[in-house]
Amino acid sequence: MLKIHYFASIREQLNKEEDNFFRPDGVKDVNDLLIYLKTTDPRFSEVYEKTPKMLVAVNQVVASRSSELSDNDEVAFFPPMTGG
Amino acid sequence: MITVDHKDFDIAQEYKQLRRTAGDAGAVVIFTGLVRELYQAGLGGETTQSLELEHYPGMTEKSLELIVSRAKARWNVLDARIIHRIGTLLPGDQIVLVGVASAHRHDAFNASQYIMDFLKSEAPFWKKQTTDSGSDWIESKKSDFDALKTWK
Repeated sequence: MLKIHYFASIREQLNKEEDNFFRPDGVKDVNDLLIYLKTTDPRFSEVYEKTPKMLVAVNQVVASRSSELSDNDEVAFFPPMTGG
Repeated sequence: MITVDHKDFDIAQEYKQLRRTAGDAGAVVIFTGLVRELYQAGLGGETTQSLELEHYPGMTEKSLELIVSRAKARWNVLDARIIHRIGTLLPGDQIVLVGVASAHRHDAFNASQYIMDFLKSEAPFWKKQTTDSGSDWIESKKSDFDALKTWK
């Protein structure tokens, strides 16, 4: 099961904190997951286009579009950090 | 030690605790970040009513631990302390504390600045600002990313 978290402006625009689903066939890395989410969730596609600096973390570490995904990974999408 | 909490903190107490855990420290630097009333006021000229601090539980602590361990690898740090508040904060409230104890002042100054600079762009915190005209997420600043170049 993939666990997807959304934070801050992305969470707010999607109006949900997370998604949970089995990793679909063909979703082998972050880029595949982005394509999958954009195809299956029009709202995500819209938010993605509006957030050019969207960051991704895999298992709580900032990752890249080419980072590989495994079945039980925790993925998170969020805007650039603004703490401190 | 790293703490992410709604609760406020007492600098005097943190200073005492840091001295205790650090042992034979010759220098202690404590930085605190505060909520400003005019936070990003240039955008609309309004004053901040409140800030909402959101974070990614788990990743926040991990990323702060990693930043501290990098600082310890680079400077002679006896002990370090980070407190970051979450939830609703008001102008004048303390948001963040970074404390570093070391044998000599340069290590304490450098390590505390390094930790603070990387906290701003690597630790998953996000601020939402409420002003008279509504609420909006604070954008990351180029100057915060430029600050990291100092540490190359």
